[in-house]
Amino acid sequence: MPWDVVAKILFMLLVVMAAILPVITWIERKQSAVMQDRIGANRADIGGLTVLGLFHPLADVAKLFAKEDFVPAGANRFMHLLAPVISIVPAIVTLAIVPFGGLYVFGDSHWNLVIADLDWGLLYVFAVGSLATYGAVIAGWASNNNWSLLGSLRASAQMISYEVTMGLSVVGIFMVFGTLKLTDMSFAQDTTFRLLGFIEHFGWVDELPAFLSWIQLPTWGIFLQPLGFIMFLTAIMAENKRPPFDAPEGESEIVSGYHLEYSGMRFGLFYTAEFLEIPVIGMIVTTLFLGGWSIPFVPQETLIAAIGGVFGEGLATGLCMIAHVSVFFVKVIVMIWLQMTIRWTLPRFRYDQVMDLCWKIILPLSLANVFVTGFAILVVRSVV
Amino acid sequence: MLADYSGVVILLVVAFIVAGVMLLVHQLLSPRREFPEKQEPFECGEQQIVSPHQRFAVKFYLVAILFVVFDVEAVFFYPWGAIFTELGWYGFWIMAVFTVPLVVGLAYEWLKGGLEW
Repeated sequence: MPWDVVAKILFMLLVVMAAILPVITWIERKQSAVMQDRIGANRADIGGLTVLGLFHPLADVAKLFAKEDFVPAGANRFMHLLAPVISIVPAIVTLAIVPFGGLYVFGDSHWNLVIADLDWGLLYVFAVGSLATYGAVIAGWASNNNWSLLGSLRASAQMISYEVTMGLSVVGIFMVFGTLKLTDMSFAQDTTFRLLGFIEHFGWVDELPAFLSWIQLPTWGIFLQPLGFIMFLTAIMAENKRPPFDAPEGESEIVSGYHLEYSGMRFGLFYTAEFLEIPVIGMIVTTLFLGGWSIPFVPQETLIAAIGGVFGEGLATGLCMIAHVSVFFVKVIVMIWLQMTIRWTLPRFRYDQVMDLCWKIILPLSLANVFVTGFAILVVRSVV
Repeated sequence: MLADYSGVVILLVVAFIVAGVMLLVHQLLSPRREFPEKQEPFECGEQQIVSPHQRFAVKFYLVAILFVVFDVEAVFFYPWGAIFTELGWYGFWIMAVFTVPLVVGLAYEWLKGGLEW
């Protein structure tokens, strides 16, 4: 048994499943309440203590467990049970390739803070993520209900459409960093570049003035691929089927889509998968576009060298590791906040609008993005 | 190289255990009061007159076919993107030629109304 891997899995599951997940369900209600000028969830109490409604996730779980385990007549019982499992497993398994910290050397031992350091990192995300489509399809088919089937058809068409655009919109990132490996991408983003450095490289001036040379940006994906960031975030949010892309659910049109014949914890697993996807999306977007665990303007060697003199090499590396992991989760929380804000700001798209956005806007734009990126890289390479 | 995948395997097992335990605990805790009216498929109060296991709109098939075409083409972009700087201008023009059928196909699909809902 590889115990270091087990330790990393335990850490990741504790943070995501036990800390972030319940709090997200609370944030969902509390943030919507703040944005809509309401008070929001504040009733669940333990011994008269409400703590801003933080016990509501517990009350939710208790309620879901106490509901009847309902299977409609004519449903395929095995498939009906299988669908929620297929929905939640990909969401959990995606956690395996997220680098929540860099590589740290303590004497002889190397700490690589990622559960599985796969060469084909991002392809793994797409491969596992596409399995979630089966959950929706099977749920709709097994329920023996017209609304469920409509919902699952919508869900499958939407998810496979956005899968294409999601893949094409990050090709620019592969080209910029020259790798599919998420750990390598994080390392590549742990530096800075001069925003106006190209003026010097093209020979327009011999040397930039110091104050212009001083303007620097981290080499994050969001600065190198701004359009890619917007397109990828849109696509991956549509993949999660939460509002404003919740056409498969559409409670005003098709009642509740493929969730319709589900109750209790079977529904709870769909719900958990959906909420689990929020931090997972946050982690993937952070790793690709927001520098992962890197602290802006303070590369790892600089940080260790700076505090190494005070604390000694080993302790400095340890502190650096803690700082990196904290920075990573702070960025993830910012991305969660962004998704929640989008979810509570925009009204739901009509289904044709969702599909148009995918095939007619993002797909051509992402193809163009690939070639503009390629052109820019080659022109810059030719002068540097 | 196989050691790399131990984390994925362990996480996969953990994921199935989490899902299984949640469903099992629910089975044990939940009440069970079944009667025929409750078990009926939900149709907003109506009897179900059309079975869902029938033909449905052809558009969904069309999207699935489109997906297969575009996703297979998209997969070729990944390795190309990862070694793009080594390929240089040669790779750029090769991929430009490769993309022409993709764009032509998309334009054809668009003009034929295959993307209309």
